[in-house]
Amino acid sequence: MVEPGSLWPGKKPSRRRSAAESHSGVTRRSLLASAALLITTSGATARVVTKVLPWKPNEAYPPTPVVPGGYLFFTANEAALVDAFVDRLIPTDELGPGAKDAGVTTFIDRQLTGPYGGHDWLYMQGPFSQNPLPTQGLQSPLTPRQQYRLGLSALESHCTSIFNRSFTQLSADEQDKLIGALEKGEVQLPNFSSKMLFTAIYTNTIEGFFADPIYGGNRDMAGWKLVGFPGVRYDYRDVLDKPNQSYTLPPVGMQGRPAWGGR
Amino acid sequence: MRWLRHLILLLPLLVVGGARAEPDNYVDIVRGKALATVGDCVACHTTSGGQPFAGGLALQTPFGAIVTPNITPDATTGIGSWSADDFARAMHEGRRPGGTYLYPAFPYPYYTRVTRKDLDAIYAYLRTLPPVENRVNRNTLPFPFNIRLSMIGWNMLFFTPGEFKADPKRSDEFNRGAYLVEGLGHCGACHTPFNSFGASQNDKYLQGNRIDNWTAPNITNDMQAGLGKWSVDNVVQYLKTGQTRFSLASGPMKDVIENSTSKMPDTDLKAIAAYLKERGAAGSPAPAPLPASDPRMQMGEAIFVDTCSACHMRSGAGVEHMFPKLAGNVITTQNDPASLIRIIITGGRATATDSFPTSPSMPSLGYRLNDSQIAAVVTYVRNSWGNAAAPVSAETVKDLRARVAGAGD
Amino acid sequence: MVRRLPRKDVVIVGLGWTGSILAYELAHTGLDVVAIERGPWRDTAVDFNIGTAADELRYAVRQDIFLRPTQETLTMRNNPSQTALPIRKWGSFLPGNGVGGAGVHWNGQTWRFLPDDFRIRSHMIERYGEGIMPEGNHIQDWPVSYDELEPYYDKFERVAGISGRAGNIKGEIQPGGNRFEGARENEYPTPAMKQGYQQELFTKAAANMGLHPFPRPSANISTAYTNPYGCSMAPCTYCGFCEWFGCANYSKASPQTCVLPALIREPTFEARTECEVTKVNLTVDGKMATGVTYVDANGEEWEQPADLVLVCAYGLFNVRLLLLSGIGKPYDPASDEGVVGRNYAYQTGSGSTAFFEDVKFNPFAAAGSTGVALDDFNSDNFDHGPHGFVGGASITCAHTNGRPIRYHPTLPGTPAWGSAWKKGVRDAYQRVANVGAQGSVMSYRNNYLDLDPTYKDALGRPLMRMTFDYQPNEQKMANWMAERCNEIAKAMGAKVTQVNRLGVPWNVVPYQTTHNTGGTVMSSDPKTGVLNRYLQSWDVPNVFVMGASAFPQNAGYNPTGTVGALTYWGLDGIFNYLKSPGALVQP
Repeated sequence: MVEPGSLWPGKKPSRRRSAAESHSGVTRRSLLASAALLITTSGATARVVTKVLPWKPNEAYPPTPVVPGGYLFFTANEAALVDAFVDRLIPTDELGPGAKDAGVTTFIDRQLTGPYGGHDWLYMQGPFSQNPLPTQGLQSPLTPRQQYRLGLSALESHCTSIFNRSFTQLSADEQDKLIGALEKGEVQLPNFSSKMLFTAIYTNTIEGFFADPIYGGNRDMAGWKLVGFPGVRYDYRDVLDKPNQSYTLPPVGMQGRPAWGGR
Repeated sequence: MRWLRHLILLLPLLVVGGARAEPDNYVDIVRGKALATVGDCVACHTTSGGQPFAGGLALQTPFGAIVTPNITPDATTGIGSWSADDFARAMHEGRRPGGTYLYPAFPYPYYTRVTRKDLDAIYAYLRTLPPVENRVNRNTLPFPFNIRLSMIGWNMLFFTPGEFKADPKRSDEFNRGAYLVEGLGHCGACHTPFNSFGASQNDKYLQGNRIDNWTAPNITNDMQAGLGKWSVDNVVQYLKTGQTRFSLASGPMKDVIENSTSKMPDTDLKAIAAYLKERGAAGSPAPAPLPASDPRMQMGEAIFVDTCSACHMRSGAGVEHMFPKLAGNVITTQNDPASLIRIIITGGRATATDSFPTSPSMPSLGYRLNDSQIAAVVTYVRNSWGNAAAPVSAETVKDLRARVAGAGD
Repeated sequence: MVRRLPRKDVVIVGLGWTGSILAYELAHTGLDVVAIERGPWRDTAVDFNIGTAADELRYAVRQDIFLRPTQETLTMRNNPSQTALPIRKWGSFLPGNGVGGAGVHWNGQTWRFLPDDFRIRSHMIERYGEGIMPEGNHIQDWPVSYDELEPYYDKFERVAGISGRAGNIKGEIQPGGNRFEGARENEYPTPAMKQGYQQELFTKAAANMGLHPFPRPSANISTAYTNPYGCSMAPCTYCGFCEWFGCANYSKASPQTCVLPALIREPTFEARTECEVTKVNLTVDGKMATGVTYVDANGEEWEQPADLVLVCAYGLFNVRLLLLSGIGKPYDPASDEGVVGRNYAYQTGSGSTAFFEDVKFNPFAAAGSTGVALDDFNSDNFDHGPHGFVGGASITCAHTNGRPIRYHPTLPGTPAWGSAWKKGVRDAYQRVANVGAQGSVMSYRNNYLDLDPTYKDALGRPLMRMTFDYQPNEQKMANWMAERCNEIAKAMGAKVTQVNRLGVPWNVVPYQTTHNTGGTVMSSDPKTGVLNRYLQSWDVPNVFVMGASAFPQNAGYNPTGTVGALTYWGLDGIFNYLKSPGALVQP
């Protein structure tokens, strides 16, 4: 059974406490309802709940912030490939930073090390059909980790054999052409579906460009600033009171924004 | 079918071992139960997950931990062998049968006010509890505090025994409130500052105190720091439900309300309110508020707008029954900012009663805000919307965080 | 080895909306009630903490609080001639998990079905003749009428604190409300919500076209409110993180905000979480339930005996549990016999995406139920004669969020990536409105649920198989609605509109809606339904089944309002059953 309240991207939570008697700062006023409130010793979730709504201090399950720098899954070559690829998908231009500068490669790298990377939450029991209907969706046994490993390798093989160069050495135009061909399935990669590779990178790029910066992408909220998404401020009553007007407060993420100072 | 359930619950009062429940004792026993509710004995004499009144809770004092005794009528591990006189002596003088001194973590300096008649009723009630075998280690203080005889000196300096004496110049209601607050209620035990010997500073009675890393606020009638802006009805409502239009009780007071005051009759609550309001005001004057341009205020405002205002409102008005008002709520401007700081770190659950069961929770945000951010937003709250109070430093937050961030409650 | 526990009066499978309402109402009378929920306990301040709740990647994309397909999923195919394959990743619909169920992550759009919806078969034939009825249909009248349900709709709305503007109070049409709605006794408990600029344009355009727009009823509530259970809620802040997310500030009606605080204080109630009910147990002759068997988080099996079993596990899982427990005859489309799994239906979605210039719609400022709707084309509120389809749709100009991972529209023809895409996304973000039609889906012989022959869940039990496709009737209706939406979008002043027709065949990948209905249908005839009009099993009288699985077919609305009403209505049946056990209705 999967662990309730599991964190994303799968790191151990920093705030899980056991229910052992803790005497530092214990108060006179702990659970006094004459109830049988059972808290398991293994985790924060009450298995049996009666009489009192469960509550413990310091209980929250934030994601573990990604610390940029280095790669936990990608090899240096793979990272360079992904960097180049995402840089074409969302380039840095006069509208602002693109995917590469926004840290999307780091985002994808960290995602791949978590449950997403192994499709841990998905139904991965066989048999896996070779010819599913288009309406039946994902049926491949390949996890995202495998897709990147195999797909990037196939892309490199293709580039080496066709262009005699790495993907990273192609010109921007050549890269764009190739990416377009992958997108439409017009080029055959050795032993790997070009559409599958394109879809994986494209999907994760959009995610990484627009997800909360805590996950390693959307650096400095570049993606949010591009479209004008204010983030997690959680109260927009005043916006509806002033229809059809510009929203001027800067965006804020789960880790705050520059005006919060202190970081 | 509720009435039947209540009747069934009352049966143990009549049948339990230890005492022979005589018919004419029943009135006393019920009276004693109500008085024990006022005294909130169960709060200290019960451990988490343990049997009520069976003791074992470790009270943290500046001198070390003191574990509360078992006050069920168990003959060997509880007070089953105590007479009514023994019980009265413990409550009035802080002495056990045989003369051993009790520590004032047991608030006998307050219980000394309780009349003998009331103590006998409590005694009678305690005798009806099922005896629970629970041996408690009563000697946990480190040297030299484990020398109980030292209490002789402490008592000489800080303890004046004696039952409550009504003031003939005051109303019956005032005197009733005084009796409740100064005696069984032992409100001063939390709401009065301690001196370095752990005694209440009587010249600052009810002017606020830090206890268990919470701020027990000033509950004199002070307009700036106390109950000055509260009506008698506000106080009654607070004690009854843990809610008023501006405040929701959380932390230790929530437990007091759930276990004690919400179960007291309205007349007693009104008497308490009348007493607190009529006693007079005492507290320090407000400082000038920090200007909005202060960098701490700017930082605090950004944080407030981004993560606090959804519930507490941009205007600090809060939401009735749900989120405390911050504007003009004296809890935010107490000298000691401990409650504000720690509730942001640990979160907190508000009072749950039958009439308002929701008990909304302040979410724990210690993971999200660092020490200087919490200091900034607390400073902002303390100095906005007409509030004025001393700013808070990151050091203060750091110190408090170390005490509360790992706490089991 | 299964260990047997002490008997309870009532065991409830699943602690979502229906489970928690029934648990409260029954425990309040002193009955011993245990609710068994396979997901975790969920609490507002902890699990929807304001610092973690607004996380699109975690909740909307990675689907953190939904049921994990690895624990249970369904297989799907479009028609019986195909082989069903597992839904390995949720797409079209997103089943919830944990205490609160879908009530945690819904959008809060709360409707009453229209009076005609409850007798749609008789009504359509009366008005248009048999010829209009679509081929292969299983359309049935409900065994309960709108008038009978009215007080129960009211009760649910009061518990949830629904914000809205009534359109018909005791027969008197109210300005600003839905003139087509069934007559109601009372105004909504809280006032209608704020709307955005898109809704302002829609309201004007629709009114000018002679249509009748009104604010959509909302369970994200407009003002502070305390419900009849004493549970308190705060006003919605239009945070834009409603559907698929828990609400951090107690303003979305859910079991957490509306029922659990009162429920948990009932001394005879107990919730057991992270325990999965695997079977409803029956006597040897199969005529009575004896309780349930469940597996706890450690993999241990337990038997919980009870006098009454309430199946409240969400529509789809209700069906599966009955199939796995052998309650009722499984439906087989080949013979058209059997009832469990019969009449599975869904919802259509179609409409028009409208691109404007010189506007600031601020899509991120939204509640889950923000929207102005009109029912002029719903149910039989218009003449179906010329069109040759049955059913209708509520048309709404709504926006629920501006979360950019999934919402970054671009003008048609914009490339999907590159600098041109960046520019397109930047330009369009503030300038897109949607006029959508949420339409009915009739029931058909070949749309049904049964057990899959191949694929199993984590406990080794067969997954449920969903055989479903939109039929020609729904395609016709939904595409006709899309044109109506497009007309309104143009009238709003859009510079460019894009008609969104119904996606056929039904594809499990893109999110469409989690309005799965049918499978344990309520009917007046045991041959066409699993439940009688009190949602009591025709086969096993001490089993009641709550949820949208009771719908004979789906109407042009979100189901939850009707699910809530049926729960209170069914509760009356349960009380009658407790007074005098046995079948409440003779077939």
